[in-house]
Amino acid sequence: MYVAVKGGERAIESAHAWLAEERRGDPSVAELSIFQIREQLKLAVDRVMTEGSLYDPDLAALAIKQSRGDLIEAIFLIRAYRTTLPRFGASKPVDTGAMACDRRISATFKDLPGGQVLGPTFDYTHRLLDFKLAADGDVPEAPSRAASPGEVPHVTEFLNQEGLIEEAPHEDTMPPDLTREPLEMPADRALRLQALARADEGFTLGLAYSTQRGYGRNHAFVGELRIGAVTVEMDIPEVGFAVEIGEITLTECETVNQFTGSKTEPPQFTRGYGLVFGQSERKSISMALVDRALRWEELGEDNVGAPAQDAEFVLYHADNIQATGFLEHIKLPHYVDFQSELELVRKLRREAGADRVQEAAE
Amino acid sequence: MTDQAYNFAYLDEQTKRMIRRAILKGLAIPGYQVPFASREMPMPYGWGTGGVQVSAAVLTPEDTFKVIDQGADDTTNAVSIRSFFERTAGVRTTTATCEASVIQTRHRIPEEPLTENQILVYQVPIPEPLRFLEPRESETRKMHSLEEYGLMHVKLYEDIARHGHIATSYAYPVKVEGRYVMDPSPIPKFDNPKLGDMHAVQLFGAGREQRIYALPPYTQVVSLDFEDHPFEASKADHSCGLCGATDSYLDEVITDDQGGRMFVCSDTDYCEGRRAAGFVGDMSADNPAAAMMAAQPTLEIQT
Repeated sequence: MYVAVKGGERAIESAHAWLAEERRGDPSVAELSIFQIREQLKLAVDRVMTEGSLYDPDLAALAIKQSRGDLIEAIFLIRAYRTTLPRFGASKPVDTGAMACDRRISATFKDLPGGQVLGPTFDYTHRLLDFKLAADGDVPEAPSRAASPGEVPHVTEFLNQEGLIEEAPHEDTMPPDLTREPLEMPADRALRLQALARADEGFTLGLAYSTQRGYGRNHAFVGELRIGAVTVEMDIPEVGFAVEIGEITLTECETVNQFTGSKTEPPQFTRGYGLVFGQSERKSISMALVDRALRWEELGEDNVGAPAQDAEFVLYHADNIQATGFLEHIKLPHYVDFQSELELVRKLRREAGADRVQEAAE
Repeated sequence: MTDQAYNFAYLDEQTKRMIRRAILKGLAIPGYQVPFASREMPMPYGWGTGGVQVSAAVLTPEDTFKVIDQGADDTTNAVSIRSFFERTAGVRTTTATCEASVIQTRHRIPEEPLTENQILVYQVPIPEPLRFLEPRESETRKMHSLEEYGLMHVKLYEDIARHGHIATSYAYPVKVEGRYVMDPSPIPKFDNPKLGDMHAVQLFGAGREQRIYALPPYTQVVSLDFEDHPFEASKADHSCGLCGATDSYLDEVITDDQGGRMFVCSDTDYCEGRRAAGFVGDMSADNPAAAMMAAQPTLEIQT
């Protein structure tokens, strides 16, 4: 006997309640505050802001808490919130040359104006579990000195003076915005960079790594990596000039890439560019390498068929919110289509005599 | 009770206007995929974000809304989408096909013929019928603009050469008004004949792929086939165990671990309507013969 039961609504409600309970975990353990997440899981917050395309550390921390630490889920929450926000306008381009750098390193020069500043990096830590942290998290105060005054010039500018690196001419055209217009191919560099900035860190890392291993290789030097705060300015029509509206932390990576010249371009160094919110070095370097690989056409290079050179492949698959949604949707009921496949396979088997063959075997 | 924090039907008016423009363009060029700036919705891509955006753009406060998934109103994702619009638009909802003015569907067309006063909104995962023959969007757009559909016919021909049949049982490609080859979304091919000359407006939304397309009422829609291998709408060769319908699309339900199974209408509203009208299937509890056989425990299927 078969009685169809209508329980969808109740099941969903109960699942949500259970999820809330699981999220909280053992109630005898103190609850996480979003301030703790914002201050102590800062790199997770930075990733959520970058791929969520919304600079708001408090909301990112809330999303991380709500998503139980599933960062892609947190990014999803931020994206869904972001899309409902009204747009007041666009800021002036931020000036990363005027960045208050916490970290600034160049791999192409031993020393340079503005100096090499290591900053708060994991780079030279030994990856040994620090069991002291399990007991208490008190840290001695780090030594400090006054920041060197003045702007920190971009390394690529030094090469530019000699004409050794391709020009990156100033441009005032409004960049396209893939959150407002459907992504269409071919995508210009500004659009590709926007897509890469929002792209999944893991996917971007994998692609970048593939270029290093020969799938579209164009050897990259980290010309410069800088992390720090920049001011955001916006033209306010009522006052008639740009006003500083806030400060954001960015990671910027400029790569200097080998280039022996092509049919259209002389031998010179070329550029890859990465820019992300917060401190996200891995992502910004990956972005710069993939950016450079995608530029094969405008530089007159050969397409060797590497995945990282294929703008359509990269841009259509880099968004983890699109990817995870579509991937996970196969959990939804598909029994109608499955039924039609069942009928088809049964029919094909009947005609192929597969049933008889099986019976004979038994 | 509408959630006051959001605009009517969630999307802001600017976005709705943009989507409506895409819908109008789609209606003007039946079967053509119109790119639109799909928004991030508070539900995952692949779970009906395209359909939800189209519904949000066409819903008015006077509408009555129905959501089905696999033909059923009570599948979890249908429940979830319906409650989303109850919350953000406060529209009346229904499970009765004839009462709804807007029906959002995933994978089915209701059995009951629709009318000129209704809009059917499809959720579409992959809007491009040529996608699995050519993965590049830049190429497939070119193929559509040149009306170059040879590849699709070769694929169907190869199916016949290999299997004796066209081995596509759902998302079966159609040609619209003799021009565009269109993906009807993953409806079983049983539903294909309903696409053509339908009285209702049919709108297709693919959120992740950022495409909208449409069939205005009374549009010619032809399932691709060959003269010597005509298209055939197929379904399980049974009648509904609950309402006895022989003309509806059936789900196969496994009833025990001995290989026992029964077939029931996938369109739950259709089935309920028939049972209310007194139709009885051979495995219904209302059927005396079936009730006597029902010594086995009742199987409840949670949907």
